[in-house]
This record gives sequence, structure tokens and C-alpha cells, in this order.
Amino acid sequence: MASDRIVGIDLGTTNSLVAFMQGESPVVIPSEDGLNLVPSVVALDEKNQPVIGNAARKHLAETPERAVYSIKRLMGRGVDDIQEELKFFPFRLAEDLQPGEVLRIKLGEKTFTPPEISALILRQLKRNAERFFGAPVSKAVITVPAYFNDAQRQATKDAGRIAGLEVLRLVNEPTAASLAYGLDKKQNGIVAVYDLGGGTFDISILKLHDGIFEVVATNGDTHLGGDDIDNLLITIALDDTLGDLGLDLRRNAEAVQAIRKAVIEAKIALSSQPSAKLDIELPDGKHYLREITREQFEQLIHPIIDRTVGPCKQALKDAGLKPEQIDEVVLVGGSTRIPKVRALVKELFHRKPHTDLNPDEVVALGAAVQANILGGGSEATENMLLLDVTPLSLGIEVAGGVTDKIILRNSTIPASATQFYTTQIDGQANVAIHVLQGERELAKDCRSLARFDLKGIPAMAAGMARIEVKFLIDANGILHVSAREQRSGKESEIQVQPSYGLTDEQVEGMILDSFDSAEEDFRQRQVIEARNEAATILAALDKGKKSPAWGQLTTDEKKKIAKMEKALIAVKAEDDYQAIRKAIDALNQGTTRLAELMMDSAVSVALKGKTMDEADMGEGPAAPHPMAKAEFE
Amino acid sequence: MITAKPAPVETQTCWSCGTMRAVHFCEFCGKVQPPAPVDYFTFFGLPRRLNLDVAALEKDFYELSRKLHPDINARAGSQEQEWSLQQSSLLNDAHRTLKDPIKRTQYLLKLEGVELEEQSKSATEQARSSGQVKKQIVPRDLLEEVFELNMQLEELRTQKRIGEDDPALIEEIGRQKLELEEKHEALLEELQAHWKTWDRLVEREQAGEVVSEDERKQARDKMVDLLNRRNYIRNLVRDVSEALGE
Repeated sequence: MASDRIVGIDLGTTNSLVAFMQGESPVVIPSEDGLNLVPSVVALDEKNQPVIGNAARKHLAETPERAVYSIKRLMGRGVDDIQEELKFFPFRLAEDLQPGEVLRIKLGEKTFTPPEISALILRQLKRNAERFFGAPVSKAVITVPAYFNDAQRQATKDAGRIAGLEVLRLVNEPTAASLAYGLDKKQNGIVAVYDLGGGTFDISILKLHDGIFEVVATNGDTHLGGDDIDNLLITIALDDTLGDLGLDLRRNAEAVQAIRKAVIEAKIALSSQPSAKLDIELPDGKHYLREITREQFEQLIHPIIDRTVGPCKQALKDAGLKPEQIDEVVLVGGSTRIPKVRALVKELFHRKPHTDLNPDEVVALGAAVQANILGGGSEATENMLLLDVTPLSLGIEVAGGVTDKIILRNSTIPASATQFYTTQIDGQANVAIHVLQGERELAKDCRSLARFDLKGIPAMAAGMARIEVKFLIDANGILHVSAREQRSGKESEIQVQPSYGLTDEQVEGMILDSFDSAEEDFRQRQVIEARNEAATILAALDKGKKSPAWGQLTTDEKKKIAKMEKALIAVKAEDDYQAIRKAIDALNQGTTRLAELMMDSAVSVALKGKTMDEADMGEGPAAPHPMAKAEFE
Repeated sequence: MITAKPAPVETQTCWSCGTMRAVHFCEFCGKVQPPAPVDYFTFFGLPRRLNLDVAALEKDFYELSRKLHPDINARAGSQEQEWSLQQSSLLNDAHRTLKDPIKRTQYLLKLEGVELEEQSKSATEQARSSGQVKKQIVPRDLLEEVFELNMQLEELRTQKRIGEDDPALIEEIGRQKLELEEKHEALLEELQAHWKTWDRLVEREQAGEVVSEDERKQARDKMVDLLNRRNYIRNLVRDVSEALGE
């Protein structure tokens, strides 16, 4: 039985936890150091071995270039949508990142995708649970912010697979929290869950009905949380040291981490004290001293926490409810410890929120409850069933770049929609479909999920084919697509090109357990890696050929490149990774001049990894901020 | 449960235990059954009538969720899990459509062969390709009013452009918006009155009477007309809100 044990995991921006159902109540499994919270920090030690959690925090302070935190912010995202994060987080992107490729982060000299880094955290939690049970653990329920889109969910699922976990279900964090709360209070009514964590904000409104937890509306912001408060305080401190001492610490990663640690401590202290002192030793031996009162702090964070108001109002509107109709409000996430946040929630929902359960642990506890339900249930979870919704509308791009919504947000999942397509010209064999997620009218303003090619449509006159495409959002909030040509009854082949995300093969190649395994696994992984690299460079070359730089090459140069390209394509089909690597190197060499020419164009700017060192820390608050002037000793 | 109602889908044998069983899951062994290609009314064992007990629908929805949801069937075999996913998405789609009076009416009309969406879509595409504003047929009795309102909206936009502000005009437009919203509501009531006409046709048919196609068409056309008017007014309210900067 022990091997069937399903654990519940809260994979958080700041902290992660693993829990399970012990008898009739969920409990958090502590780590080796006895603590329940595993900081979501990953570092590489001197021997390039991954270190996770509290142990990694030491590295974050001492060798920040070998550590990473808040990786959840990058899950399922492309280089274009993280420009804001790069201003405030010391993410060091790999320099050789290709457009459309999944992000890779540098730790020391190695690079990792966000799902791989998350997988290292998950593997740590898995090991903690295995040590606790004295038996292997292979199945888990993992929580995600309710407002996560398809790509972010898929990336989380990939992380589980890489960590060697079968992810039985992705559960929305606020919904999980409601499960933990609902366990001891079996009652009916309307509950609002306000979840402000380290990096994400969710609001979910649920209807509780004889053990059914039915989400009626959800909203949120996947880039809003305690991190934003920290970054604001860091910016002010950096501004002060620059303005008053002429000491520019923005490029000094160690100093920034020291400031970050101090402002977080001050932030936490301000939840229970009227004021807090900052005392940070600067590299030149001087001390940065400052006192912040709670009043000043509240004034500073007001614009940040005020961003939660819009989503709350929208969720109420979508649910068709007035604040008075909410029976209970539950607070989740560490940032809800801030008294000002509690006051805001009270004002929004006209009632005092519940804070009975530890806001850091309640999501993991709820995940354990859901794990128990999936495992067949027990007396405590009998009759409990979660009916969740999709947070964002699913749409298809139609003529004119307009989004045609086919599954509306807040639809109970699983949900499906069927669309019919036809051909525009005689004998057309392919139809391209662009799938989007979001609420905006125009396709360009929505999130691109994937581009599909319906292939192998039998030859017919234009408009004769009738292709039925079924879009299905599963209970994890992840999209599945299938297609059939109705007249011929032929199943059309669908080639999925996820806009952001790893392919199945890439995930296979990343599975952590295979790191310790046999020679054959190693060789296979090398082949897959080499092939992926080959695919990347070939794709880059295709792009290069379309760029103006191509025209600047001589006929001879072009001929040489074509020859090397052909050679690479040929060996790519073989299983000899060394041969593939050789061909890649050759092509790399042969295209140096093309790359240089391309570098000159503006496109290449986006490709170059920007680190915190290069990126501006932002303008800093232009207007004078309300805190007292800093002192220096 | 749905057992109290007529079950239009033929009863079949359970794939697992062989008992003659219910529609979506086996009443004897509880196993999820392969989904049958049925319309949403049939899925819930309901006749194609528009007056519907929403509370009873919700109760059935919860009961069926407890049998069909993937969480309940998480430990079943992979084929059964697949059926559970399909059945439960069909259940959710059907519930979502039938519980809403407008979506329910639209869906029924679609089943009856009226292509509401396609009409609107082709009009949109035609407008786009010809570069013209999508033409909407203005309901005749609204013609004068809409003409007036559009003039006022144009004036309001012009004023906004030059930074002027006419409280009297804003108040007047706001008053008209309220009226339109009332009309929007009233149209729902009118539509519901026509549900009765439709439902009576269905009942007569069920009693074995032959209902002429003309009669059906008349009932359908009236509902299509009301839906179009309602849609028109909704778009108008949206335009007014935009102009008012709401």
C-alpha cells in the first residue's frame, strides 16, 4: 500500500511543501532539517551538484551566479514576456537562446529550463516524503495558481515528469485551500478564497454544496505577490545608496542579495510591529541604516496590493454575486499576513476573513486532501468532489486576426467545443489553426497556445472538406485537440507546435532519474540532445535564410552552407551523437559570418541573454518616496 | 435522479458486468459507459422543451458529476478514464448550455436547423472583406430611437475629442441606456412567453398529433427574431457604455 501513497505538493514561488493524508487529516512532511517549508531556491555547489532549499540559500548569498529563486515566474513563458522580470530578478538567461526556444537559465556554467529547475525542487520534496515513509513515492497532486494558463500548467506537469513523478492532477491553489478548510466545516454556502503568495495572486469564488466544491468564478494575476513588495523596497535602498553615497550597487549581486534578505525581514517584522529597522553592511564597510514605520510601509505598498481589487470585482461580477452574498472569506499565501492586505479584503467583501489555518501550509494540505480523493477517498473525504473551472477563455484565430472564443472563462472543466473547418482552394491538403487563450478581441493581444496543422486532408474541391476539430480542456486545465475529416471519415493528423513549452522528447531527455542510470540511457540522451541541438540550428538557419543578411553572402558561401546543412540533416537521422555534434560544429563554423551579419540587425538584441548586471534595475521611483531619509555610518 | 424521466437513449448492456444499465454509467456496477453521440437534452433525459426546472437540472448535474468526473474514476483503467473525461466534458457542456435561458434557446434552435452563429459569422466576414461596417438590421420599431441615439453618441464623442463636457447630454444618454437595459430584460420575458408556444408543439407531437412544418417554423422564427433584437440591443448598450467611458 505504501507505494500507492499519493502526496500533495504545493510548488510555490517562494516556498514549496509536500503533504499527505495521515488518517483523517492532512499533515505536512518536514524536510531533513525538520522544517516544513522548503525554500524554492536551487543552486549548484562547487562540484556542480544541485542543492535545494535552505542549503541553497547559503549559495544565493555567497555565489549568487550559481543560484536561482522565484523560478515559478518563468514557467511556461517566452523570452518576450519576461522582460519585466529581468529588470527585477537576477535571472541569467543562456546566451545562445534561440527565438521560440524554451527559456534556459544559467547556474554557473550549466543551463537549465524552468521545468528542470522546478523538477529539482520536486525531487527534493519527493525524497523528503520517501524518507518519511521509508518507501518510494511516484504519484503526486501538484498545485498551480488558478490563473495559470495552458503553457504554465503544461510546464508544471513536465516538471513533475522530469522529477520522476506521475502527476495525477494539477489543482488550483485557492481551490485546494478551500478543500483544506472544508474538511472540518461540512457546510453549504458561498466561499471566496483570496490567495496572495510570493509571486501570484488568485481570487476564487466557490459554491459548497453537500461536499461538492464548485468553483463559480476565478480571476487573478500570475505576476503579483510578495516578490513585488520586496523589489520595491530593494529599488528604494539601491536608489538611496546611489543618491547619497554615490555607491552603485545595482551590479553587485551579492550586495543586492544582502539588501533583499534585510528588506524581507523588515517586511515580515512590520506585520507584527509598528516599525522595523534596516541595517545592511555595504561592501565598503559602511552601514545602510533606516527605520520604516508601518504607516510608511503601507503607503508604499498600496499601489501593489491595490492591483488585487480589479480581479476580485471581476470574479464577483462573473459569479453574478454581490459582496454581501459571500458567506465566508478565506486567506491564503504568506502575503496575506500583512495587516493592510487583511484590511483591504475586509473592505472588499464586507466581512472579516478566516485565518484559522497557516496561510503558508493550507494549499499543500488541500493538495493532500485531493490526493486522498483521487486515491479512492476515506471517511474524511467521502462525498467530496471538486468541480473547477478554466480561468481563461479559449479561442481560435479567424479572418482579420480576430479571436473567436469557443470555450468561455469560468466554464466547468472538463469542457469541450467542436469547430468545423473547410478548405479554401481545390485539393488543399492542410489547414492551419491558431489556438489562443485570453479575453481580448484581437488574436495578437491573447496568449498564443499552439499552432496546429491539419494534414492529409483527402483531395477535394474547395469548401467540400468538412473537418471536425474537437478542443477539450481536461480536469488539469490542459488543452487536447483531435480532428476528423467527416466526408472521408479520415482522422486528420495534427502536428502540434506548442508556442511555449517542451516537446515530449525534450521532457524524456530531461528525466532526472536517467541521470544516474546506465550507459545506454546516457547515450540515448546524448542522441536526443544532439538532435534537439541540430533541430535548433537548422531552424535558426532557415530563419537566417529569410533575413536580409543572407543576401550579403557570396554564392560560394551559400553553397558551402547548403552542403553542410545537407550533411547535418543526413546524420541527424542516425543514432551517432558524436557524428551529429561534429556536423553541428561544422555548420556552426560555416555560418559564423551569417550570424555576425544577423547580429547587426535588431532581431538579435532579443536573443542575447540579458542578466541583471546588464539590465537596468528600472527607473527607480521617480517621485520622492514617503520614507525618512536614510542614514549612513 | 434521471431514472424518473423518459430515457430516450436506448438502454444497453454494461460493457463491464453485462447488466442492462442506465445511460451514462452502470447502475449495477457503477462503471462509466462509452459516451453516446447525443444532444444535450437527451444527455439529461429531457424532452426538447424550453421551460425547464433549473433546480432539478442542477441536482442531476451534481449527481451525474459524482459518477462521471475524472476524479471519481482516477483509479479506473485507461479506457474508462478516457470515457470519464469525455462523458464529464459532455455533462459540463450540456449543463452550461441548458442552465442559461438564452444559450438554451440558441441551442434548441440550432438543433432545429437554424444557424444563428453562422448567420452572424458570415455577416461579420462579409463586412470585413468588403471593408464596411457590419450591417445590422435595425428592428423597425427602434429605427427612430436608434437614429436619435446614434446622433447623440456622435455628439458626445466629438465633445470628448475637443475636451468639452455637456452634463445634460451625458444624463440624457444615461437615461436612454437605462431604457435600453429595461428593454433587454423585457425581451427575455417575451422570449420566455414564446417558449410556451414551442413547448406546446412538442407536447402535442409527443401525444401523437401531427404538427405542421409551418407551425414549427412560425414558432422558431419568432424566437430567432427576439434573439436578434436582444442581441442588437445588447450591442447598442455596449456602444453607449463605451461612449460614456464606462
